Amino acid sequence: MRNKTVKGALIVSAVLSASMAMAKDAQLTIESWRNDDLAIWQDKIIPAFEAKNPGIKVKFTPSAPADYNAVLNSKLDAGSAGDIITCRPFDASLALYESGNLANLNDLPGMANFSNVAKSGWSTDDGSATYCVPMASVIHGFIYNKDAFEEVGVEVPTTVDEFFAVLEKFKKDGNYIPMAMGTNDQWEAATMGYNNIGPNYWKGEEGRNALIAGDQKLTDENWIAPFRQLAKWGPYLGDGFEAQTYPDSQNIFTLGRAAIYPTGSWEISGFNAQADFQMGAFNPPVENKGDTCYISDHTDIGIGMNANTDNPEAAKTFLNWVASSEFSNIFANELPGFFPLSSAPVELSDPLAQEFISWRGKCESSIRSTYQILSRGTPNLENETWNASVAVIKGDESPEAAAKRLQKGLAKWYAPQQ
Amino acid sequence: MATPLKRPVRWHIAVFLAPAVLVYTAVMIYPLFNTLRLSFFTEIDQERVWVGFQNFKTLFGDELWSKQFWNALANNGWFFFIHMLVQNPIGVALAAILSSPKLRFSAFYRSAIFVPTILSFVIVGFAWKLILSPIWGIAPELLDSIGLKFLYQPWLGKEEYALTTLSLVSVWQYVGIPMMLIYAALLSIPDEILEAGECDGVTGFSAFWKIKLPLILPSIGIISILTFVANFNAFDLIYAAQGALAGPDFSTDILGTFMYRTFFGFQLQLGDPHMGSAIASAMFGIILIGVCIYLFGIQRRMRNYQF
Repeated sequence: MRNKTVKGALIVSAVLSASMAMAKDAQLTIESWRNDDLAIWQDKIIPAFEAKNPGIKVKFTPSAPADYNAVLNSKLDAGSAGDIITCRPFDASLALYESGNLANLNDLPGMANFSNVAKSGWSTDDGSATYCVPMASVIHGFIYNKDAFEEVGVEVPTTVDEFFAVLEKFKKDGNYIPMAMGTNDQWEAATMGYNNIGPNYWKGEEGRNALIAGDQKLTDENWIAPFRQLAKWGPYLGDGFEAQTYPDSQNIFTLGRAAIYPTGSWEISGFNAQADFQMGAFNPPVENKGDTCYISDHTDIGIGMNANTDNPEAAKTFLNWVASSEFSNIFANELPGFFPLSSAPVELSDPLAQEFISWRGKCESSIRSTYQILSRGTPNLENETWNASVAVIKGDESPEAAAKRLQKGLAKWYAPQQ
Repeated sequence: MATPLKRPVRWHIAVFLAPAVLVYTAVMIYPLFNTLRLSFFTEIDQERVWVGFQNFKTLFGDELWSKQFWNALANNGWFFFIHMLVQNPIGVALAAILSSPKLRFSAFYRSAIFVPTILSFVIVGFAWKLILSPIWGIAPELLDSIGLKFLYQPWLGKEEYALTTLSLVSVWQYVGIPMMLIYAALLSIPDEILEAGECDGVTGFSAFWKIKLPLILPSIGIISILTFVANFNAFDLIYAAQGALAGPDFSTDILGTFMYRTFFGFQLQLGDPHMGSAIASAMFGIILIGVCIYLFGIQRRMRNYQF
């Protein structure tokens, strides 16, 4: 009997001391879909933060990208989500804010470092409330194999005609697959195809805003034109591209079997590690020489606070630090290809990343056309665009028919387009 | 006058049943009924509102939803058809061969054929994706080496082949189950019957068709209904191989992937648990109807032979 009491007392004191130890340090858990960045968070970002802010411990717990939204929503419903939440841009996060899961960050001092365009991905439609700190954007373009370009003797294309001439030359040469892209996973066709080359036709923000306002339709010539170009891509993709997956395309390019890879800047760090040839990048070619170029500089990652966190003060300290130039510098250089959105100046040491970010100077920036507001209803415009882009590349559907189908779906629920 | 003996309350029955009943209720019955309940609600301005059969009306009445639903159901039907046409006859044939006493190494074959069944669908989906890949796969080279390269297609990427290909992959994975069940049924046939048949001159193939097959019909019935339930609940292989959008162009979309996409959302599409539940309820209904047809239409008419 006495023995038991002693044991009980020991357990109680052990539990107490454990909970007291926990009370000393505020523990923050970060929800994220960037499981590729686990090492960078653990080895660089978190130590840098913890060194400056003793008393706050941070843990980075990513999940698989494709499952992130579903996993996060389930965790939030169950009350087991982390304190810091990595925010997808636009509606997914807006829904979290409206349901009271993301806290309003209007009064966070670090927010002053961001422009309204940068904040647009994580603000309410009227812009009155911002609920995530903009962390990074990705820029779309084409990465090419410099060695292959030299070997075949072609120059970097600046117009669409030159672009197809280069592809044709690679096809004739036969040593390289002209362009590495598959349609099995569908999203590449829309994200690296349609939304990559599209802004040149719909004139970036001008066309995107007109579409949201209902002044332009997806069946207008400047919205069909990107599909017309995609329809010509098919013959330059590798054999069996219909069943080629995204990792297949990445491997084909980094193994040096393909010449051009339509992509976004998020590939840079992975490609730097994998490819043993010189890489360069060019922005989407324009129709006529001298036209203004437009790029998709897409707000991609934000970071916000779980409204029900136990450590709101610690979480705010962390978010404020994310908004600072110290974080931007670490993040941009550790993850070349994810470009900070903050107005604070950042030095990039990676030449490929520097090439991508230099387009911000000569071209007009825009974001993906389907992301803001237009993918709110059913059918979902983004998902439909995946399907339509694939069908057009494979030649199953004409550009006009695809555009008509998208417009019909959008008009079904979006009042300004009705 | 003797009072009737009062039977003691038999607590032990309740006690022994309790764990199974509790676990089953918590993980099966409660979620099932909660899903059915959820399908009668919808969310308006963050509030859960009762809407009766509105979700089902949308599912079957709205062209946008009904087209996807019927497409998924038709694909599911084809998926089931391929299993019935390929998996079960091959399973029966394999069992018949394995049960032949003259076959050597039959234990080895039995295990080898059964192994894929215990593999994870993730491994199966990934391995077959690699085998069939136009870039790294061995399928194009194998066909090339026997001069049949022209037969090669990027099967998983073509609307007309993708679903059949995945059905056959699933057949490859699960053919061990009908084989094992039929094998057990064949072994339970007493030798006297076969010997009696032999005396009447029924041997070899005709012994199989005339004696063994009628005797294992009940097992084949059970296998069919198991296949039906498993196929209409299928999700994993399609999701592992083609993702939640079940490409190309929804040609491999089955009820399971359609439900997943709707319930949990996908990419920019937000999840809608209420429509998702409506689809889940429709799946439940379809499976229930199928099982009932089997139970009342077929099972009860089946004769059981007593040895």
